[in-house]
Amino acid sequence: MAQGRQQKNLILILAREFASKLATPMFVVDAEGDLVFYNEPAEDVLGRSFAEAGEMPAEALPSLFSPEDLAGKPLSLEELPLGIAIVARKPAHRDLRIAGLDGRKRVVSVTAFPLFAHADELVGAVAVFWQPPGGETP
Amino acid sequence: MRARIWGCRGSIATPGPGTLRYGGNTSCVELRTRERTLIVLDAGTGIRLLGAKLEAEPPATIHLLLTHLHLDHLEGLPFFAPLWSEDTELHVWGPPSPVRSLEDRIARYISPPLFPRRLADVPARLSFHDVPKEEWMIGGARILAHPVTHPGPTVGYRLTEDGRSLAYIPDHEPALGLNDLAAMPPEWLSGHAVATDVDILLHDAQYSAEEYPARVGWGHSTVDHAVTFGLSAGARHLVLFHHDPLHRDSDLEALLVSAAQRWGDGGTPPALAREGLTFELD
Repeated sequence: MAQGRQQKNLILILAREFASKLATPMFVVDAEGDLVFYNEPAEDVLGRSFAEAGEMPAEALPSLFSPEDLAGKPLSLEELPLGIAIVARKPAHRDLRIAGLDGRKRVVSVTAFPLFAHADELVGAVAVFWQPPGGETP
Repeated sequence: MRARIWGCRGSIATPGPGTLRYGGNTSCVELRTRERTLIVLDAGTGIRLLGAKLEAEPPATIHLLLTHLHLDHLEGLPFFAPLWSEDTELHVWGPPSPVRSLEDRIARYISPPLFPRRLADVPARLSFHDVPKEEWMIGGARILAHPVTHPGPTVGYRLTEDGRSLAYIPDHEPALGLNDLAAMPPEWLSGHAVATDVDILLHDAQYSAEEYPARVGWGHSTVDHAVTFGLSAGARHLVLFHHDPLHRDSDLEALLVSAAQRWGDGGTPPALAREGLTFELD
């Protein structure tokens, strides 16, 4: 009943609860950059529910979403706002194009920032997705 | 390990004829390890009575573990007799703040105009410790402090000795923001790390289900939340703690009936915390 995976950090628990109440798409990743939650509005951006997709390791994210800049150049994890938030421990923002899990390409603006439980303790990061009007491309 | 409750009332001390059976003192629990090391959980008004008992046989060293610094968990400290003896070595443990040290935050209470003396005037030898992120040992007991959902820096404690364990989460709102506490995977529940498979769980049960909607975000649980959390954590014995000051003894007993029904037939039914209640964990 009680045995199982280790409890998430309280900051991530509160971030998930916050995200679950937002109308804005939001990702929550842990300190390793693994995707641990995204909310229902993000399901529209990504094309699949979190219940279906589940948690995802950081290294799987670029291949899953095929992120690229607006000129079509593929972006590595470290070039994504979430990657910058985790690796460089600073906020980041950029426009990019992703392929949703439903195969459709979308232009999104992403703002990410790191989550610190204490000044020296990074526990994860969140990313908010802004989808400009007409941002979906075939 | 032995435990004794000296105070289990929430928010404010509540003496009077309506609270005689369960008590009106705010949070304080005494623990004795097998080698008789004294660990005190929180310094609500119940700690004054504990201090009076200790005068007969003063311990050289006391470890005080504070869950947080809300007044109902701290207000008894300046009335704790060992504090005023230079023979006492008192270690105070509590959650770290990103802004001020534990000592500075406690000194805000033990200083004028809120108190006639300053913390610096206390004759006992005081040491202040931010709780470690990892487990640590006190007198043969293994201690885990883990942040829990409650306004301001707050932790719950788990104490383990000889394979037996007690969890203490007197102020906790794991249901905050959730539609269905029971539906959450345990690893996404605040407090789970402290309470998993514990022998005895002392847990916040301040409100009835009817009272909670007007108190969302105040940092406390309903009796139903406490039962759901205890079942999810696999706690063997749930003790309902931090009674609302508006709840008379008869109100608490009615809430206990509801808790027992929700708990079902699995193991020891929930109990109400009361002053003088003891637990043997041998």
